[in-house]
Amino acid sequence: MTHGRIKPASPEDSGDPKIDVEVIVNGEKVVRRVSVRMLLSDFLRHELGLTGTHVGCEHGVCGCCTVHIDGRSARSCLTLAVQVNGGSVRTIESVAAEDGTLHPIQQAFKECHALQCGYCTPGMVMNILARFEEPTPLDLSDDGIRYILSGNLCRCTGYVNIVTAVRRAAGLLGRA
Amino acid sequence: MSTRMFGARIERNVDPKLLRGEGAFVDDIPLPNALHVAFARSPFARARIRSIDARAAKTRPGIVSIYTCEDIGDLDIEMPLLIPHPSMKYPQTQRPLARDQVYCVGQTVAMVVAVDRYAAEDAAALIEVDYEPLAVEIDLEKAVLDGAPLVHAEVPNNIAAHFIQVSGDPDDAFVRAEHVTKIRVQVDRSTAAPMECRAVAATWDAVSGELTVWDGTQAPISVRGGLASILELDEDKVRVIAPDVGGGFGQKVLLFYPDELLVPMAAMRLGRPVKYIEDRRENFVGSSQERTQIHYIELAALKSGEVIGLRDSFLHDTGAFIPYGIAVAQVASTSIAGPYRIPNIWVEFKAVYTPTVQVTPYRGCGRPQACFAIERAMDQLAEELGIDRFEIRRRNLIGEHEFPYAREGLLFADGLKVTLDSGQYFKALGMAAAKLDAANFAAEQAKARAAGRYLGLGLACYVEGTGLGPYEGGRVRIHPITGKVYVNTGLTSQGQGHDTVFAQIVADQLGVKPEDVIVVEGDTKAFDWGVATFASRAAVVSGNAIHKTAVAVRAKTLQAAANMLEADVDDIELRDSAAWVKGSNRFVPLAAIATASNPLRYAFNKAAQAATQFAPASRHDGPPLAEGQAPGLEATEYYSPPQSTWAYGVHAAIVEVDPDLCSVKIRRYVCIHDCGNMINPTIVDGQVLGGIAQGIGGALYERLEFEPNGNLLNANFADFLIPYATEIPNVEVIHLETPSPLNPLGVKGVGEAGCIAVGAVLASGVEDALRPLCAAKFRHVPLTPSMISEALEQAGH
Repeated sequence: MTHGRIKPASPEDSGDPKIDVEVIVNGEKVVRRVSVRMLLSDFLRHELGLTGTHVGCEHGVCGCCTVHIDGRSARSCLTLAVQVNGGSVRTIESVAAEDGTLHPIQQAFKECHALQCGYCTPGMVMNILARFEEPTPLDLSDDGIRYILSGNLCRCTGYVNIVTAVRRAAGLLGRA
Repeated sequence: MSTRMFGARIERNVDPKLLRGEGAFVDDIPLPNALHVAFARSPFARARIRSIDARAAKTRPGIVSIYTCEDIGDLDIEMPLLIPHPSMKYPQTQRPLARDQVYCVGQTVAMVVAVDRYAAEDAAALIEVDYEPLAVEIDLEKAVLDGAPLVHAEVPNNIAAHFIQVSGDPDDAFVRAEHVTKIRVQVDRSTAAPMECRAVAATWDAVSGELTVWDGTQAPISVRGGLASILELDEDKVRVIAPDVGGGFGQKVLLFYPDELLVPMAAMRLGRPVKYIEDRRENFVGSSQERTQIHYIELAALKSGEVIGLRDSFLHDTGAFIPYGIAVAQVASTSIAGPYRIPNIWVEFKAVYTPTVQVTPYRGCGRPQACFAIERAMDQLAEELGIDRFEIRRRNLIGEHEFPYAREGLLFADGLKVTLDSGQYFKALGMAAAKLDAANFAAEQAKARAAGRYLGLGLACYVEGTGLGPYEGGRVRIHPITGKVYVNTGLTSQGQGHDTVFAQIVADQLGVKPEDVIVVEGDTKAFDWGVATFASRAAVVSGNAIHKTAVAVRAKTLQAAANMLEADVDDIELRDSAAWVKGSNRFVPLAAIATASNPLRYAFNKAAQAATQFAPASRHDGPPLAEGQAPGLEATEYYSPPQSTWAYGVHAAIVEVDPDLCSVKIRRYVCIHDCGNMINPTIVDGQVLGGIAQGIGGALYERLEFEPNGNLLNANFADFLIPYATEIPNVEVIHLETPSPLNPLGVKGVGEAGCIAVGAVLASGVEDALRPLCAAKFRHVPLTPSMISEALEQAGH
């Protein structure tokens, strides 16, 4: 079908203005020159290859894209890459140990069947992790846990097992 | 293996990678130098296209190509009608890019390919299309009236299909009836909203002439066949991979969405990888939807409450096109009598075109609508006859001794007579009543009412025809190096945990750990016989195929091991990844058996060296492979179900309605559920809980809101309300296991079960709660605060 045809000219660049972004990602300093309008989610996924951060709605409702920016959970789809210049970002790829051993929150998700398709899961884990890293006591009542989860949509599990997993994780981390 | 894996609550093999962020969804596949697609879409529900001008768009930097229907050659065609049916007099299907006219808001008119999605969207917005808007009718009941604007000029009254099915003698039943109840019910338009939107990426290798497509589809084998046929490529030169897929719920089977054809086309023409990653707005306006039906249902009853006849006439909204045929309406019409005996049935539907996105099956596929109709009618009949809601159901449920229970004259979606195969319907109803303490609820309700609180009990039963044919296959191979077991089937997983349940089935036959069973599916290069993941069919059809295959590999393994260990085959047992002579410490590892079963020239590893320590795996004279013998420990088998297996369940809930806020709070939700033997009860729980949450969304929150002109008002998650954790209660699930007599594993499907009854349960509960305040009937879902407010206002509150 294409054999013997002259390959069409194919541009490489959108012509968007570019800007240098220097940011600590998962403890490692990275510098990239990117479009001024590039979303942080696209920056992480496609510039850095950290595709564990997922994009579910691109309007800040579903929570799939949740990462930590300067220690707080945030929507990477509502953040421009340039906004994290000089700051730090943490993604799901940093949560398990280097040898792959799951973090207690991840372990609890596995034990409690708190994920199905796994698309919302990284955002869920990052959101829960941010709450667990706050020093204030955790409210591990059903309502308290559901409040922690209230920024993340899941379409598969019906949440019941995620609530159980959060409680289990608190136990594993000595926060119960 | 001492512990049986079938039925065990084991954790899933797939989880660690997903939890670490190492899943590989379509947009995660690294494709260097990939181009990105955005579409220009119609802002009108119906319009003529006078002209399309892409000149300004083409001058934007970073634009590679822009295609209209004029530029796509042989792809400028109507898409196939996937499931023809004689009732469809006027089947209309979608085109990749609009030609001359548009039929719904969101229809693809032009495709932009650019260096990134940002540039592609900019250019799409600059494509100037001169539309001449046409009149539309969005209201389903008005769309069938004479003089209503037509979606397709050649289709009278917008009726795509008209179908009547009859079982028994319904006319006679209505003559004999001592009481007739008739109600109207309505279910509104909704959407599956998987967390990952649809996505397609393609690369074309001009050297080998191979097209590789990553498609977040539920049906890669079918997509492969279609692509090869439409693009005129050899089937073997097209590889379709459904990698990790973030939920599907039916929406990800269409054949073809425009992008599924146009992205491969662009990759072939442009010589660079091309990807289309649908965004959430596009998912709302471009990907299939379901649910709108309006039923007029009548029950012919005796004073005892026994229902002797049913008539149901319903309108089914099929959107602007009907590529999937009448599947949704047919499933609804054949599920209409639920688990009840009702021997005389007349059911009619009209599938109606409206200028909206095409309707194809969404989890439930017509069953939630049918369940809502029959269950709301049962409640009404109970009220009119003064019979308790549990009791009237008890008087009509099919008894255990009556199975198989056939409904002569009703043909299910597989083209076969509806025949409910097995169940313990009475027991399930009793368990629901007991679990909810229904006997004492009236007292609790009265007490709450005295305290100014409005509690209600809701109840519904459902059946689910599952495990549709035609067939699936399985290939099982014990690897000669590692002794691990490789399994292939033609399905895909969108989160259901196939890799674990299929591993459990194989583990029992071959004496290996489930984590040593590696299931690869969703890749046409791995296995390309089969159909797809839909209709709650994976466990039934692929599960039994894989079981048959594992049994065959077990027999080969036992025989080879007996030869190698110089023992009788009946004295061999398989456990701990080895074959053992029973009651001895003599064993041979599976890897060695697999190696010895493959006549080799070179001994390049330990397994091969180990294998030489034993007698030959095959005892025969002549060449190394005997006539008819195949190398290795491998088999391929297929399973074709004789008919659908029918799962069922009973749901009951206690709800509380706040008459000031008009809000509904679910205090308790009980689900008694029976899908036959469970391969992994934890995974079954997950399917049921997820289905119920989706059902709660459909019952209380999720409605696609169309303006009269056909524009979708809530094409985003801020306005289309999917439940968060804060809206879903702790559902209590209890399983019954009535083995299906129809297949070796005794399993039935479970994927869609959870969502079916929820609307009926919650409407029943809200009605019960508000009875002291108003006589309003709630027969329309989603049941919104506005509906409650209106009902209370009409009653003077």
